[in-house]
Amino acid sequence: MTATTLTASDAAAAPDERTLPLKTRLQRAERRKKLLHLALIAPLAVFLLLTFLWPIGALLKRSVDNPEVVGGLPATAAALAHWNGQGLPPASALAVFVKEMEGARGSTELASAAKRLNTEMTGYRSLIMKTARSLPLPDGSNLQEGLAAIDPRWGETRTWQVMARAGQPYTSYYLLAALDHAVDADGAIVAATEDQAIYLDVLGRTFWMSLVVTLCCLVLGFPLAYLLTSLPTRSSNLLMILVLLPFWTSILVRVASWIVLLQSGGLVNQALQALGLIDEPLQLVFNRLGVYIAMTHILLPFMILPLYSVMKGISPIYLRAAQSLGCPPFQSFWKVYFPQTLPGVFAGSLLVFILSMGYYITPALLGGPQEQMASYFIAFYTNETINWGMAAALSTVLLGATLLLYVVYSRYAGQGRNAAKAR
Amino acid sequence: MLQAYASPLERTWFYAHRVIAGLILLFLILPILVIVPLSFNSDSFLMYPMAGASLRWYEEIIGSDVWRNALLNSLIVSPAATLLAVVLGTLASIGLVRSDFPGKALLTAILISPMVVPVVIVGVAMYLFFAPLGLAGSYTGLILAHAVLGVPFVITTVTATLQGFDYNLVRAAASLGANPVLTFFRVTLPLVAPGIVSGGLFAFATSFDEVVVTLFLASPGQATLPRQMFAGIRENISPAIAAVATILIVLSTLMLLTLEWLRRRSEKLRTGKSR
Amino acid sequence: MHALKTIALAVCGILSCSSAMASELTLISFGGTNQKAQDKAFYQPFMKTSGNKILPGEYNGEQARVKAMVEARKVTWDVVEVESPELARGCEEGLYEKLDYSKIGGKDEFIGKAVTDCGIGFFVWSTLLAYNADKLKAAPASWADFWDLKKFPGKRGMRKGAKFTLEIALLADGVKPDQVYKLLATKEGTDRAFKKLDQIKGSIQWWEAGAQPPQMLAAGDVVMSSAYNGRIATAQKEGKNLKMVWGGNIYDVESYAIPKGAPNRDLAYKYLQFSSKAENQQVFSGEIPYGPTNLKAAKGMPAQIAAELPTSAANIASALPSNTQFWVEHGEELEQRFNSWAAK
Repeated sequence: MTATTLTASDAAAAPDERTLPLKTRLQRAERRKKLLHLALIAPLAVFLLLTFLWPIGALLKRSVDNPEVVGGLPATAAALAHWNGQGLPPASALAVFVKEMEGARGSTELASAAKRLNTEMTGYRSLIMKTARSLPLPDGSNLQEGLAAIDPRWGETRTWQVMARAGQPYTSYYLLAALDHAVDADGAIVAATEDQAIYLDVLGRTFWMSLVVTLCCLVLGFPLAYLLTSLPTRSSNLLMILVLLPFWTSILVRVASWIVLLQSGGLVNQALQALGLIDEPLQLVFNRLGVYIAMTHILLPFMILPLYSVMKGISPIYLRAAQSLGCPPFQSFWKVYFPQTLPGVFAGSLLVFILSMGYYITPALLGGPQEQMASYFIAFYTNETINWGMAAALSTVLLGATLLLYVVYSRYAGQGRNAAKAR
Repeated sequence: MLQAYASPLERTWFYAHRVIAGLILLFLILPILVIVPLSFNSDSFLMYPMAGASLRWYEEIIGSDVWRNALLNSLIVSPAATLLAVVLGTLASIGLVRSDFPGKALLTAILISPMVVPVVIVGVAMYLFFAPLGLAGSYTGLILAHAVLGVPFVITTVTATLQGFDYNLVRAAASLGANPVLTFFRVTLPLVAPGIVSGGLFAFATSFDEVVVTLFLASPGQATLPRQMFAGIRENISPAIAAVATILIVLSTLMLLTLEWLRRRSEKLRTGKSR
Repeated sequence: MHALKTIALAVCGILSCSSAMASELTLISFGGTNQKAQDKAFYQPFMKTSGNKILPGEYNGEQARVKAMVEARKVTWDVVEVESPELARGCEEGLYEKLDYSKIGGKDEFIGKAVTDCGIGFFVWSTLLAYNADKLKAAPASWADFWDLKKFPGKRGMRKGAKFTLEIALLADGVKPDQVYKLLATKEGTDRAFKKLDQIKGSIQWWEAGAQPPQMLAAGDVVMSSAYNGRIATAQKEGKNLKMVWGGNIYDVESYAIPKGAPNRDLAYKYLQFSSKAENQQVFSGEIPYGPTNLKAAKGMPAQIAAELPTSAANIASALPSNTQFWVEHGEELEQRFNSWAAK
């Protein structure tokens, strides 16, 4: 688009081009170039907007969307919006409800509304279905009594409060549930009961496991990256291939290998038993340990590569200078060399940490229920229970946590880098 | 390097460091060494010691419709996704490197963001978005999704190559009368080709190894090799998995060697230029 | 450039190929040995007699895919194998066609539990206690023994999910089969089930796919496990010394359903009719010991096969029929509680 309009206006402007001052002509040329470059970026930007940003935005919006009851029982939802939430809804609202239920009987929209109501109050699905089957009420009967005769729950304030709340076009239900909270009958936000609470634990676990994996990668990656920088190019290139080969190998291949290595009749257990170190096979896989081992293995190259590229740029002269000035080797390493590697340490840790936060495959295949991270539950709600609002809310929380972490960390890392420079 | 005047403590430390680093390398490479022999196991357990050597699992893979279809699907989806990612990514990289405008850093960050957004979120978002459009369970949807995941790799490698690119060459070509299109194909492209190819290889590898988004988007008809491996590992661990794994390892080794060769070649080109 | 064009053409060719294959019947089932038995008993003979091709696929029961296809009105699946609660929910929400039984052979042909609005049950399966007789010195006889960590040390396998796990816990706690669902519907009942599960929580290794338990048992990862009877029987045929305990087994019907808007509805009906025939169900039961739903199929069954089926008189006597309505109602809440419990 921009490119074609540009050439058209160019053609029109061409005759008096020569008469313009040089400065204007230069500016024009500059602007044309700028537009050309934007035109080069545009296809990708549009592509990502349509296939990536928009879908993600739509997903995040789902975490507050609440279309089921509004779609299944629109008039009732509208009528209940005016109700003050005390006692029972007015007779006019009940009449709207009864009429609408009669019309909606057997419709798929009513079934989705019933399913949505059931997430807030168990038993609501059958209540709706039963009521729809039992209507219409006998002529001239009192609506309140008639409904209560079908099921006494229609005589309870809570039943109607739940419907009024679920009948709003937007809801905080999913986001609160993703943080183990809920709105109670009085509209106050309360913590979920012990036997339903899970997501704060899961989120904490996601953080903790990512942290452990990051530290393991750092501890293993640092000495190896250091060795790679200190070796002559030829041998370091050779060793680099050993680092890159697993990096290029399919994650699933590596997961399968770790099962072979770590299962109870696996190579590691066989070796330990042959050495007489253990009598019974150790449980090394399908638990936390197995997930840590495999995740560290998969993410280690992401730590080594940034470390290596930073270390490569550090001149060995500093270290030698420190030593020749009488600084003991360990101290000179710690005080002179290590601070210069900090940018690599920060970059590698950030990359590893952020990637582990989103891990799904490795815990799913190598861990038990206690190892599942946030991603597992997002997939669970999407596929198994078709609770897309919950999947969206958990996504929002995970993405928010990742971004927050990124911002905080990059600020901190920026300070660390400056401090390193100041030294 | 170990200096001649090193103290005994330094010597010990020097060798200890080498041993530790050697063990870490072993940790990195061990899983790959372990799985390859098992693919030649004659018995049906993915376990050591092996009963005997045979090629039956390779025969099973080649003879099985499921694995053949999976390979075919992978060979449709990955090249197409790579092509899309490379074309869009390269154009955008050229635009990004050569221009300077407010918000450029933000735009770059957004273009690279598919790399850091948790992949499950990408999968769910695309699934829920593509499904109403009829793109879930289609090759088109899968190709688009894989292209999105490959784009950041193309951008990072191509912009890195372009940053080391000498624009005087373009100016020289222009001053000699070549039009921009000709200049692009005859001057720019050959010089940045190694960057584009390695970006493409990264994108290809990403797509070829992609499971999570595929789990959401692919119907049985589009199950790719990793998707089939995922089902296999979860449900039925047999040496057939090891045979597929071995084939994938050979492939990734080939890609790695190609990359290494490209790197050397571009190094040679650059150093040749400075002479 | 030429190469690119060729690739693009090739890709387009393949894409249009896939849309041209519309006359094939896409049939999605749970994978593994169950699918293999279906292939032998239904797919192959159906293809031979009708001349139509069947494109088999597998899934793990996730209804999200069906829902997404139906909502987008771009349905590519023709027949789907579905478990009962999912079928009931999907039927209410309009994911599946309401079946016209006159096209299948009439409702009276089948056992009562197999006939539902949107699905036709095509086999009866059982979840039961299985163990590796090579690893255990004594033979466990009931779910109560499953909980006896002293007498039978070692890990136990259970399906990761509330369904059947909670029933098993109550059965192990001495609840009579006909009281299980009444109790589970109350807070005390579920508390009791979870408390019972707490006793062996540390020794449970969870499984998700039906193919896993026989493998875990054969490899010695677990000493006993809840498992599907058909999968264990197949492993027995392969020479593994696995045994089943029928006491306290939980049985359910597995159904075929047609997603609303399936591209080949008439062909799908033909397939349903074919797979519901007594003689074909007999072949299926011979391949994998799941019980037939066609009343006539049970009669002509060889005694040796019949004894192994969940529908045999001896096996069904002590069994608990799975309660579909209960799981439709309480599934979401209990699965959430189960997740929360298991993750701690």
